[in-house]
Amino acid sequence: MIRRHFLTIAATAAIIHPAHASQAEIAALIRELAAGRPVAKGRITLEVPELVENGNAVSIVAHVDALPGEVRAIHVFANGNPLPHVLTARFGPRAGRPRIATRFRLATSQTVTAIAEMADATLHSDEVDVLVTLAACIE
Amino acid sequence: MVRALLNVPKRARVGEIIEIRLLISHPMESGQRRGPNGQPYPRDIIHSLRAEFDGELVVELDLYPAIAANPFFAFTMQAEHSGTLSLTWIDDHDTVQTEHAQIEVA
Amino acid sequence: MRHALFALLLLTPLTLAAAPRSGHDDAGLSIQAMQDDDTQNPGMLWVAQGEAMWDANAGTGQRCASCHGAITAMRGVAARYPAWDPTQNRPLSLWQRINHCRTDHQGAEALDVESDAMLSLTAALGHQSRGMPVSIATDGPMAEVIETGRRLHQTRQGQLNLSCAQCHDDLAGHHLAGSRIPQGHGNGYPEYRLEWQTLGSLWRRVRNCLTGVRATPYAADSAEMVAIEAYLAARAQGLNVETPAVRP
Ligand code: HEC
Ligand code: HEC
Repeated sequence: MIRRHFLTIAATAAIIHPAHASQAEIAALIRELAAGRPVAKGRITLEVPELVENGNAVSIVAHVDALPGEVRAIHVFANGNPLPHVLTARFGPRAGRPRIATRFRLATSQTVTAIAEMADATLHSDEVDVLVTLAACIE
Repeated sequence: MVRALLNVPKRARVGEIIEIRLLISHPMESGQRRGPNGQPYPRDIIHSLRAEFDGELVVELDLYPAIAANPFFAFTMQAEHSGTLSLTWIDDHDTVQTEHAQIEVA
Repeated sequence: MRHALFALLLLTPLTLAAAPRSGHDDAGLSIQAMQDDDTQNPGMLWVAQGEAMWDANAGTGQRCASCHGAITAMRGVAARYPAWDPTQNRPLSLWQRINHCRTDHQGAEALDVESDAMLSLTAALGHQSRGMPVSIATDGPMAEVIETGRRLHQTRQGQLNLSCAQCHDDLAGHHLAGSRIPQGHGNGYPEYRLEWQTLGSLWRRVRNCLTGVRATPYAADSAEMVAIEAYLAARAQGLNVETPAVRP
């Protein structure tokens, strides 16, 4: 009973709009980015905790096994968010390692995808499935 | 509110890769969150951030509403000579903010 | 679900272990890292703001530093709050103590407990005591305040008819709707809660728990709130100040 009650409060507070991007939407974004090029698994590593206690601020690190200058950009997408695009990082001539860390929102349990766009125009990807639990007491 | 906390080493060796960490005070209102009357709060996010070292690009970020409130960013740069790191970001109100740090490279 | 909860309530109470356990240790590793590393801890934005306010003029022109010196001289102060104020003959929480300095010594207006300015000042002062043991006075007039707080902590409240102690003493370590019930200590406030997406006071946290059981929250300025805070501090002895803590 308590449990249900706390959940009701959580639901009425409507912290994040429940709608989420469809798999098709993500696929379309990636297709647009790829412009006909194949996306190979590997080289880029996405670190996201697999169990998240609160989806409001989830630590994320994406890094590519490459030298400075070999990576043009890193893109991150989350298929369970209302808007799937999380960020794009474009690296310039003064960039160090191809690595970006931030904190982002996850509306629900979902798959997070990172894509590395290399200077030689090849594309590489990594994916992590994340389970999000919610805090019980919210306003 | 103190706008940002920028953490960078003050000194680096030539060619060393150094980490830049930034915390910014910003609500990053996603535009998805609804208030008590059912209306969404208007979107107000930092949508782009650019880091340059003496005018040369380190990294440029396109940011979307998924970035958490009071955002944190960490990335690296390679220092070849002493100079000024400058970080500039813009939000949906077109507010432009900048932080600088001097880095001695020897 | 109801069945599961009754089963939970019937479990033999896990009496509070000899050593209190911080909510830090119940949080996941990534939240712990967010708290432990100042360059990642968003609460440090408020600490920096409070340190700047400490050295800035307010009201009729006195700075906090004019009378108190550098903020580092306040090390240990927040660790012993709430404290008895002999001139007003009542216990004061840190934010109330700060408001007295503002109104009586600075000619400035009192600040709301949840205002950005008050959260910044309490975060900056709390931070000076980080790593020091929680050390509230338990004797003299504070003994009675703590006893009042202990009774409130054990009183069932709200439509769900639950006491703080039922969750935080008896069920600590069990799970409620996916989150682990902590022992419910106040040693990290003001605290950055991911759920709030901002820094908040202990009063806001206790208000969350009281609305959670559908009880009327205590007013920030009430005798009940100071008493609860004093009891939480007495109960947290053995833990260190963590301000600004980070929690889910
Ligand atoms: C004009 C001098 C003056 C100014 C300005 C002042 N205070 Fe005080 N403060 C005092 C005095 C005197 C005390 C001792 C208690 C009393 O007599 O009020 C005190 C006590 C305190 C205490 C409790 C210390 C303890 O050991 O328990 C805190 C905390 C505090 N001040 C914070 C502040 C802050 C924050 C500011 C600025 C917003 C401030 N004070 C500005 C004079 C000042
Ligand atoms: C129904 C169970 C329940 C009751 C009753 C309850 N709480 Fe809580 N409390 C929780 C949970 C669960 C959390 C952990 C945060 C979350 O995920 O919501 C919590 C968190 C806290 C915290 C934060 C601890 C930290 O590390 O920051 C404090 C302090 C607290 N409660 C105090 C109280 C007080 C005081 C009362 C009584 C007035 C109370 N709680 C009543 C369930 C409860």
